[in-house]
Order: sequence, then C-alpha cells, then structure tokens
Amino acid sequence: MKRFYIIVILILISLISGCLDSTPDNATEELRISTTSSTCDTGILDLLNKEFENANNAKILTVCQGTGKAIATGEMGAADVVFVHAPASELTAVEKGSFINRTYVMYNYFVIIGPGNDPAGIRATENAPEALGMIAGKEQPFISRGDDSGTHNKEKAIWMAANITPSGTWYQSVGKGMGDTIMTADIREAYTLSDRGTYLAMKDKTKLVILFETDKEYLFNPYHVMAVNPEKFPDVKYDMSMKYINFLTSTEVQAIIRDYGKDKFDEPLFTPALI
Amino acid sequence: MGSFEFLLDGIVRAFELIVTLNPYILSITGVSIKVSGTATLLAAMTAIPLAFALSFVQFRGRHAVITLVNTGMGLPPVFVGLFVFVMLVPAGPLGFLNRIFTPEAMIIAQYILITPIITGITLSAIKAVPEPIIETVYTLGGREKDVVLTTLLEARFGVITAVLAGLGRALAEVGAILIVGGNIAYTGSVGGIGEGLSYTRTLTTAITSETSKGDISTSIALGIILIAIYLFVNVAAGFFRRQD
Repeated sequence: MKRFYIIVILILISLISGCLDSTPDNATEELRISTTSSTCDTGILDLLNKEFENANNAKILTVCQGTGKAIATGEMGAADVVFVHAPASELTAVEKGSFINRTYVMYNYFVIIGPGNDPAGIRATENAPEALGMIAGKEQPFISRGDDSGTHNKEKAIWMAANITPSGTWYQSVGKGMGDTIMTADIREAYTLSDRGTYLAMKDKTKLVILFETDKEYLFNPYHVMAVNPEKFPDVKYDMSMKYINFLTSTEVQAIIRDYGKDKFDEPLFTPALI
Repeated sequence: MGSFEFLLDGIVRAFELIVTLNPYILSITGVSIKVSGTATLLAAMTAIPLAFALSFVQFRGRHAVITLVNTGMGLPPVFVGLFVFVMLVPAGPLGFLNRIFTPEAMIIAQYILITPIITGITLSAIKAVPEPIIETVYTLGGREKDVVLTTLLEARFGVITAVLAGLGRALAEVGAILIVGGNIAYTGSVGGIGEGLSYTRTLTTAITSETSKGDISTSIALGIILIAIYLFVNVAAGFFRRQD
C-alpha cells in the first residue's frame, strides 16, 4: 500500500509541476492590465491593446473589474498596470505607495439615464445632486452599481453633495458591472448613473435614455493609468508598464482615443487628455 | 420587444455560432474542458486512494477526515475562489508561484472544490460493496492488496459515477474560476464577436461577461454548449449508475 501512495504522489507532483511549467509564449512578454468594466465594454481598450501588442511584441492579459477591485488587484501585485476612473481611490493607493507614475489619459462625462417619460422630472434640474434629489424625493426606482467602482464612487459623491443618504425600497444596489446595471435598470424602468461610453455602447440594447448630462462639475469622469510599484512587487513588469503608459499618452494613441466611436455611435466615447 | 423576438434571434444566432465553429466560442469551450478535465483528473487521483485509505486503514483522526470530506462536498465555490485568490496573489503566501489569473490557478480552485465530492461518493460506493465478498477474499487467502483490488473492481461503476459527478460540478461552476482566473480573453477580434481567443475564459464565466455586455445570443450559444457537455457527462454518469 505504501508504495502505491508514493507512486500516486509522485505522479501527482509531476503532473502539477508539468501544469505549472506550461507557461505560454515565452518569446513575447506578458503585461497584465487590471481595469474597469467601462474600458472593456466599450471596446476601446481592445483596440488600443492590439496596437500596443503589435508595436512591442507583447501579449496583454486584461482583467475587467470595477475600479475598486481593479485597484485592489494591483495593490496585491496581481497586475502590472491599472487603468481606472476613481481619482480619490487612486490617490489613496498612490499615497500608500502601491502605485507610481499615475498619468491622466482621457475623460468623458457620466450621464443619468432612466425611462423616457422621466417620472421624477430630472430633465429640468440644474445639477446632478438636484437630479438625484428629485429621484429620492419622488422615491422613483434607482439602481446603484454598489461595487465600489469608479461609477459607484461618483454616485456616492453626488448623493453626499445632495445631502441625502439613499435608503428605501426604491434604491437598489446590485453589486455588478455597468452593463449588468444598465440591463437591470432597463428591466425595472429605473434610473441609474452610467459612464457615457458604456451607455452608448449598449444604447441599442436598452430603452433607457439620457435624461441628464449637462453638469460638468459633478459628472466629470477622468481615467488615469498607473504602474504597480516595483519596489513593492519586484516581479511586476515595470518597464513594460511604463512603455504602456507612454503609449497611452502618445500623440498617435491620443488621436485614436479622440476618434473612437465616431463611426459607430456618431460621437466619440472619450476625450483624450493631452491633445 | 414584443413576441420574444430577441430570444428567437438569440437562439438562431447561437446555432450559427456553433455550426460555423466560431473560434471565440471554440477557444472558450477548449479552456473549459482543459481546466475542468485536468482538475477532475488530479482530484480523482487524490480522491480515490483517499477514499480507499479511509475505508481500509484505521488511523487516528480518520473520522475527522471523513467529516472534513463531507463538509467539503458542500463547499461554496465563491469561498474556494476567494481562498485560492488570497493564497495566490503576489502579496499572499503562495504569491511567489506567480500563478494568479492563469488556467493553473483555476485548476487548483476546482481541484479543491471537487476532491471532497469524488472522495465522498467513492466512499459510499466502497461501503456498498457487500461484506461477504471481502470476507471471501480473506478466506481465499487474499492479502490487503487483493481486498483493495476486489473492492475497486466491485465498486468501479460507483467510482466512475463519482468522477463524472466531480467533472459535472467543475464544468458548471463559475464562482471560483471567475475570481482566480479573471475571465481573460486575449486582445483581438475573432469570429466577429469583438473578443480575442480565451486564456482563462470558460463557458460559465463567459456567459456572465457576455450577458453583462448585453450580448444575449453569444451567451445563449455558450449556454447551449455548456448544457450539451453537461448533459453528455450526466448521460455517461447515468449509464454507469445503471450498470452498478
């Protein structure tokens, strides 16, 4: 019996180590990007990554999550570079020394979407806190991301500015990505806050419309890229991360960002930060 | 969207994607089979000897191990995912392996998830072997080794059922592999879906991400394949169960 187990264990070990050795593509270098659902769901990241891969003989592995999780993933060293949109959380993480070289890449504006008949009457409001205030006042259904993403953080900031702690059955937190949240809001005929890009990318799949978007102060949505600090995690591909950051801020790529979506959505999804 | 148009469109498009062997869908199916198949193989190689040891070898803590196995049979996948994630991230205790967001990480998670299941079912299969058979082996002058071999032979259909149950569970599971695998597809656009080939994206995790993008037809296609594979596994399991 003993010998049998020894043999089994030996086979197991060899199999597992065989698995571990099978790292694909040793010739090309891999870069792991942890990012937010909006850059993935709009398709812009895929386009940019393809350009980068071709230019640098690299293979990019993208993990799409909410910004909160994307930053946490980087803080644990499970990514080389993060591309996110929650300035306050980003700065906290940079101060902690988790990331370096935080760089401004692009922006757009959040929009408040909801049913076309606008039961809360937010179309007529002056600013975002007032708009959410109307929804709360009339207790109209509102779907919250509830996932500590950039969009969720923005939503919380607007509620705070409106001096409202949303609670009640009209306010529902789903803990999911932007796409799922829009789909849920669509089914419930509810309001929600969305980044403009994801909404436009899903426009033909939902009957919700943009009801409020003019507020440049509260709905501003900047995207930053930052490298995981190699002093914290020596194994991260810092050089490659820096190449990627420089790539995103290069004139050519900024031009791609400027034009992305014009043909498909009749308007760009993002505005480049540097041109 | 009256008359469920979207659903019909989804199903038609789903069959199109399957029949034309869409490379995106194929690569996802491949990763699913590779990950769950490897996990099941490794789990079976641990679970079956373990079940025999628990049945035939008297040792201290044997009952504790059996309780552990029974508890393990109901482990929630998301918890296993979380556990493997915190172990494997570079900041965690096994971070040096540098395996987070890889197929291997997914195999480890599923291995943890299904080893107790295969062990538990094998245990009951062994228990179901009639006592007189074992006594006969001893009477005929058989040694421990012969008893184990005879039991294995007698319980073989139960053991195969156990392995297939593990495989079915692994294939259907989404919570653990989503966390440790990251649902990664390579950059690129294959087969007109706007995604590259799968790296750690499986049928189940892809359904979650395609649904969240609102791409219902791709989700339905993935769902049909998943159900087909799962059905095949269960038909096979049913076949062996009837033989038992």
